[in-house]
Formats: sequence, structure tokens, C-alpha cells
Amino acid sequence: MKSALTVVLVDDHQMFRTGVRSELGGSITIVGEAEDVDSAVAVILDKAPDVVLLDVHLPGGGGAEVVRRVHQRSPDRKFLALSVSDAAEDVIGVIRAGARGYVTKNITGPELVDAIRRVADGDAVFSPRLAGFVLDAFAGTIEVAQVDEDLDRLTEREREVMRLIARGYAYKEVAKELFISIKTVETHVSSVLRKLQLSSRHELTRWASDRRLI
Amino acid sequence: MAGGVAAGLADHFGVDVFWVRLAFVAGTWVNGFGVLVYIALWRLLPQGDAADPEEPAGLASATRRGLRTPGRTSRLPGGDKGQTLALIVLGLGVLLLLEHLGWGLTAGLFWPLLIAVAGLALLWRQADEAQRQRWAGTSPDVPVLGLLLGSGGWAAVIRLGLGGVLLATAIGVFVAQSRGVEALGAVAIATVLALLGLALLLGPWIHRLSRDLAAERRERVRSQERADMAAHLHDSVLQTLALLQRHAGDARTVARLARRQERELRDWLYADSAPAGETLRAALTAVANEVEDRHDVTVEVVGVGDVPMDDRLSAMVRAAGEAMVNAAKHSGSDHVDVYAETAGSSVEVFVRDRGAGFDPDAIPDGRLGVRESILGRMERHGGSADVRSAPGEGTEVQLSMTLQERDEESSR
Repeated sequence: MKSALTVVLVDDHQMFRTGVRSELGGSITIVGEAEDVDSAVAVILDKAPDVVLLDVHLPGGGGAEVVRRVHQRSPDRKFLALSVSDAAEDVIGVIRAGARGYVTKNITGPELVDAIRRVADGDAVFSPRLAGFVLDAFAGTIEVAQVDEDLDRLTEREREVMRLIARGYAYKEVAKELFISIKTVETHVSSVLRKLQLSSRHELTRWASDRRLI
Repeated sequence: MAGGVAAGLADHFGVDVFWVRLAFVAGTWVNGFGVLVYIALWRLLPQGDAADPEEPAGLASATRRGLRTPGRTSRLPGGDKGQTLALIVLGLGVLLLLEHLGWGLTAGLFWPLLIAVAGLALLWRQADEAQRQRWAGTSPDVPVLGLLLGSGGWAAVIRLGLGGVLLATAIGVFVAQSRGVEALGAVAIATVLALLGLALLLGPWIHRLSRDLAAERRERVRSQERADMAAHLHDSVLQTLALLQRHAGDARTVARLARRQERELRDWLYADSAPAGETLRAALTAVANEVEDRHDVTVEVVGVGDVPMDDRLSAMVRAAGEAMVNAAKHSGSDHVDVYAETAGSSVEVFVRDRGAGFDPDAIPDGRLGVRESILGRMERHGGSADVRSAPGEGTEVQLSMTLQERDEESSR
């Protein structure tokens, strides 16, 4: 990107916000911070940042609530979820609410910058763990004819991409392994994200509540 | 239908709930026997565990403090109501038919009985719900009315009132039929007076008793939780903090201790994982934790599907552990990714690092571990292993195995 990306940082731990602030120097400008759902919604609507870094657990209803409320007013705002909990229910919850990616809080600075940039470009960010969740949630055991079959199934290629990400491959490495371009990998991942958000498969919600964590 | 008895039985015997209900309805044709059995079972059978297991400590606490929106999981089977209604109507129809033919109870008994059963059902249903709520611990205070009302609000009051009125009507009809209408007034007044007297005598006492009990129970639960928490903090967190201070100058040790503590705490707060050694995923995680502790690397285990452990799988886990150790020792990378997938009867485990890599065709002497403990071990147990690596490209070890005859419990 030409100009520095703007980010609003939403987390209820002051220490963590300070840490991220110091790590994201240079290419990224933090234009606002918030520590609960209400203030987050206000700051995000006010500052209109490129990306919102959003903690999954927040006073006032959690990260998913922030995404929902902001998207009612400003549907194009992009969210990257950050979490320390790793509980599938919450991760899938915030993604289904509309976040474009999920990373854990122990991610390194450069990786975080990379993830923010990717989300700002409109792509999705999947950690190996999220890819694992997705594969588990869309495991091919569903037999009942669904109304919208396309949304309820991953294509063979999408499954391959998810498996490689779960195995720890970066997008670049996935592209090389499958002999496709990085852009194509990004397209596949975005399409999986869309299915994850839109699929009404009841299995998906049931799965998420059955399995809270890996 | 009302208390979930049919569904519970169906679950127990593994048949469709429809047939159990049909049996109950057929039972009522024989002088209301089915209804009696139903009510008896409703009283006697233990309530099954709610489908929702207890949340891990961390999530429960986050929910309580409003840090997350709890999952909305409605488990009420919606399409079931029509069928139930049809069954009830069918049952009533047959009952009336029998009545007509003169096989059933005499009309004098039938109507009071029916009304009484309906009234009792309502009352008991209400008590049932109040009890459930008390067990769930949601109603903070339990006054004596609360025993019957629960926290159902107006719906509960109306239900309770309706139940009472139905019951009173049934008794009234019965008395009127046997003694004549004149006796009705006297009996009603006597009953009301007796009930009032009983309530005045026992009310305050029951009220206080139930309040004390509730308070005591709450206090006990809270102090147990506090004790658990304190014990845990002492055992792990405090010890680790002490160790961290002693090693403050040694960055690697500090990182390792912090990582281990993080893992333990995470496990304690969010775990729902099976005990180590029971399933493939749990076993891999245990091995990965060991490698993290010994070799100053982070090992991230991601799993899809899971299987119970057996001998061949433990060989696989040992091979995977060997691959993790190799990656930790030789690759120079400080992060290892482990991915385990169970699909149908095939199990695959990938261990990957982004380190130095090597030429697999020229495994040096120092890497004999690869050939013997990974490739050899997998082949001895009917699996296979593949090592992909090139200098500068990192290394990935792929282990595969096919399970025998366990397809039904394999993946989920």
C-alpha cells in the first residue's frame, strides 16, 4: 500500500494494547483504541480505519457483537480477530459475525503486520488452527440434501488449500505446492471464508458448540 | 409430550420416539393405564444430563463477565409438535370411542379423572421446571413460592392458577355427583379453611428453611471454587513466577517457562480435550508438549477428526514425536507445525518445520534416527512414512496409516 494503513485496536487489556502499539511501528498507524464494545463501536465509526484489530473477548458482549453493530452502520469495515482463547466456538463465532480473519495473540510482529495488510487488501487470514477448525466443521459426513449445496461444501481445491494451511504452509508455499498463483490461493481462502460466514449448515453451529477447543 | 418421558425412553432403548408415544397412547385405552405409567415414570426417572456440558472455566467466566455472547443453541426439535398433537387427538378419540361402547370407565368417573389429571400435570410440570431451574442455580433467591413458580414469571403464575382451578373443578364435580350440589359449598369452605390454616402454620418456617438451604449451598459452591482456584494458582502459576525470577537473565529459559505455563493455564481454562493417551490428538499434544519443554521450540498441533488410541497408533505417535525432536534439534527453526487428520479409516500426521532442510537421499550418519525410528517404525506397524526436504526448504515428514474395522467411530 502507498500510505500507512490505519488501524483501530480493540482489547480490554491495556498491557496488550501497549505491546501491539510498539510492535506495529512504521508501516501502520494506530488511530484509535477501545476497551469495550460500546466505546469500540463509537471509535470505529468515528475513525473509519482500514482494519480493526479486535479481541474476541470483550466486556459488553464480545468481539462478535462489535462486528455486528459496526456492520449495521458501515458494512465495509474490515476486522481481524485476535484471541488468546482458541476456543472454536468463539473463533467461529466472530468469523461468522463478519471478521475477515483470525490470529492468535502470540503471533510475531511482522506476521501481524502481514496479516493486517492482507485483510486491508480484502483477503482472508487463516491461521493453521482456524484452517483446522474449518476442515473439522466441513468434514464430509453430511448426507442430507441441503438447500444451498454450494455453501455447505468445500470444493476439492479449497480443501487442499485448507489442509496445507493447517499443515503450517504460508500462502506463498501453498501456491508453490499446488502450482497455482498466490492470487488464486487468496481467492480460494476468501471463498472458504464466505462459506464459513454464510453457510446455514446446522452442523456447523452444532459442531462449534460441541467442540469448544482443540 | 409433557415431561420428556417418551423421548427419554426412546433414547434409552434406541427406538424412534414415535413408537414409545404410540405405546403410551395405546396404554391409556386400558382404563388410563398409560397416563398413570407416564406420570409415574415422570416422577421416578432421573432427569438426564442437559445436552450442554459444563463450560470450561475460562469460557464460563468470560460468559459471566459479559466478554462474549454465549452461543445460541436451541435444541427444541421443532417438527415434533404436530406429531405429538396428532397422537393426543388420536388417543382422545379412541378413548371416547371406548367410552361410547361402554368398555371404559363410567362417565361419572371419567370426566373428573380427566380434569384432575390435567390439573395435576400442570402443577407437577410447574414444580418440575422450578426444580430444574434451582438445580441450574439461575434463580438467585428461593422463597417458598419460588419452589413452585421458579422464575417463569406470569406464564408460571397462570399455569399454576389454571392447574389449581382444574384440580378444584375435578374435586367439585366428583363431590357434586356423589353427594349432591348442596354439599359443594360446605366442602369448598372447609377445604379452603384447612389450606389457609396449614399455610399460616407452616409457611414462614418453610420459607426460612428454603432460604437458608439455598444460601448455604451457594456459599459452599463458592468456597470450593475459591479453594480450587487458589490451589491451582499456587501449584502452577506461583511456582513458575518464582522460577522466572531465578532465571531472569536467561532469555531461553524464561521463554520456555512462560510457554509451559501458558499451555497449562490454557489447558485448565479452556480444555475439553480427552485425557492424554486416550485419543490420537491428545497423545500427539502430550508428545508435542514434551518436545517443547526439552528443546526450546514451539510446537503447534492442529487436529481434524480424532480416534481412540491403539497400539499401532501409539507407534505412529512415537514416530511423530521423533520427527518433532529432529525438527527441533536439527532444523534451526524455533517453530514446528504438527497436523493430524483422521478421515474415515485413514490417519495422516504431518510434522513440518521451516528450517535448514537436508537432502533426504543422502541422510547423514547423525540422522539415522529418521530411517530407523520414523520410516522403520511406521513400516513395522503397517503404515508408511515419507520425508520431503531440500536444503534451505525446511522439512516435512508425512506419516500415514490405515485403521482396521473401526469406521463407525473414526471421525466426527
